[in-house]
Amino acid sequence: MFNVEKIRQDFPILNRQVNGKPLIYFDNAATSQTPKQVIDVIVDYYSNYNANIHRGVHTLSQEATDAYEQARIKIQNHFNAKKAHEIIFTSGTTHGINLIANGFSSILKPGDDIIVSALEHHSNIVPWQMLCERTGATLKVIPMNLEGELILSEYDKLLSANTKLVFVNHISNALGTINPIETIISKAHTVCAAVLVDGAQSCPHIKPDVQALDVDFYVASAHKMCGPTGQGMLYGKEEWLQKLPPYQGGGEMIAEVTFEKTTYADLPHKFEAGTPNICGGIAFGAAIDYMNAIGFSTIAQYENELLEYATQQLSGIEGLKIYGTSAYKTSVISFNLEGIHPYDVGTILDKLGIAVRTGHHCAQPIMDFYNIPGTVRASFAFYNTKAEIDSLVAGVKKAKLMLS
Amino acid sequence: MNNNDTICNFEKRKIVTIQDIQNDIIDEFSMFDDWEERYQYMIDLGKTLPLINEQYKTDDNLIKGCQSKVWVHAEMKDNNVIFTADSDAIITKGIIAILIRTFSNQHPQDIIDADTEFIDQIGLKEHLSPTRANGLVSMVKQLKMYAIAYQTQLS
Ligand SMILES: Cc1ncc(COP(=O)(O)O)c(C=O)c1O
Repeated sequence: MFNVEKIRQDFPILNRQVNGKPLIYFDNAATSQTPKQVIDVIVDYYSNYNANIHRGVHTLSQEATDAYEQARIKIQNHFNAKKAHEIIFTSGTTHGINLIANGFSSILKPGDDIIVSALEHHSNIVPWQMLCERTGATLKVIPMNLEGELILSEYDKLLSANTKLVFVNHISNALGTINPIETIISKAHTVCAAVLVDGAQSCPHIKPDVQALDVDFYVASAHKMCGPTGQGMLYGKEEWLQKLPPYQGGGEMIAEVTFEKTTYADLPHKFEAGTPNICGGIAFGAAIDYMNAIGFSTIAQYENELLEYATQQLSGIEGLKIYGTSAYKTSVISFNLEGIHPYDVGTILDKLGIAVRTGHHCAQPIMDFYNIPGTVRASFAFYNTKAEIDSLVAGVKKAKLMLS
Repeated sequence: MNNNDTICNFEKRKIVTIQDIQNDIIDEFSMFDDWEERYQYMIDLGKTLPLINEQYKTDDNLIKGCQSKVWVHAEMKDNNVIFTADSDAIITKGIIAILIRTFSNQHPQDIIDADTEFIDQIGLKEHLSPTRANGLVSMVKQLKMYAIAYQTQLS
């Protein structure tokens, strides 16, 4: 049985006060909190076996290497990758995206198309723009409707023999929409285009099966799924990863070096230049263990309850408008109070100890689409409660009273 | 300030100095017991003040480093700098109102020389989120930049 009070005891930070009030943390889509099970792993690493990996003969180095490679296998199993070396450790989603964009710079030619969605994190559009500048390829955008859903009939029109790569997020960070990536992937494959899915927002809520999805590349960040910051993963189909050139040069990624020629190391090391975030990788594995122990279907079910409850309660406030009303969404509510700037609402909520995000959520094109400066975004995790949502609703009402 | 002991540099003479205004503001804020009253006061300041002529709400006049939009316009009148400003967020507008009340209609050199202690004393910064505090810092910086520019013109 899912017992939220018991779960909350795993998260030391939930005991702290902010501005004299108990912390209510509703900024989970930006970064999730860390359970003590993961913190303990980090402390254990630095207390007991901190060493460089893959190169030492000594015991500590062996232990660290084993733990790091075990984490890779945990991630492989979690995402159901066929092979462990299809999992590349990265510093996060952004790193993974740039790694792929860089790899495609040697593949794309003028006349080729890259398709991205209108629901993207805008920082994720930049690597593709840079790639297009370098290669002469063209960037095309799948538009969205008012509910915050991608218009698939428009996607069909964009797809052609020129399409080489499709980039889409699994779940939108600004609106919480779950995109129909199965359809997007299978349609892309009919024209032999590769698909990269940004799983930064989906992995905290669902457990993707990369083989069932038949996705070519999938990226995620540990810090949104109870793990540490500066750590992430890239899944790539073996054939693709072999085909792409390395991203960065350095130690770990080479097999043999002379001044005439360097041979690159095998996967996954080819893409892991330099000393990685060893502790981060190990802690990422621990975070995945932690979430699996609770169970993703349990998590999804409970978070959905929170979403429905919050949607219902917030909708009761006059003048409150929710952005992103797809039937397929995760526990994210983006909203505004009529005539009130989201920044002002966020400021009052912070005084009440409630952490939300305000602004454009790195999704300026989406805000432009709705013609708003930004929204207040409350995003819920499995350690949040209905009582906390009640406090949010009371806080929003108070903000409305003070500000209008 | 007593007029008798002011050495007569009429350009710099003012009836109300920046320091006087800052002291007034500190007095006003000391009457509030909690954050709510302080905020309500700033919100009310933000609501009541028409701050800038629409024609000056241009991208050139936007200050960077604020989550909300902030426009500032400056002009010289009788050797004093007149600031007008606006924001799309009301709390930000209240903060601007306080800054403008302090720095507008003052001699550029006085604006440059003025310390901004009072911001800490009224607890403005500690009551602001870090992004707002950054915004506040860039606003003060911007006002002082204008003053420096005008001071250069004067000398
Ligand atoms: C959809 C999406 N993609 C990418 C990112 C960037 O992740 P990171 O900063 O961990 O690289 C985020 C984080 O906000 C996100 O929400």
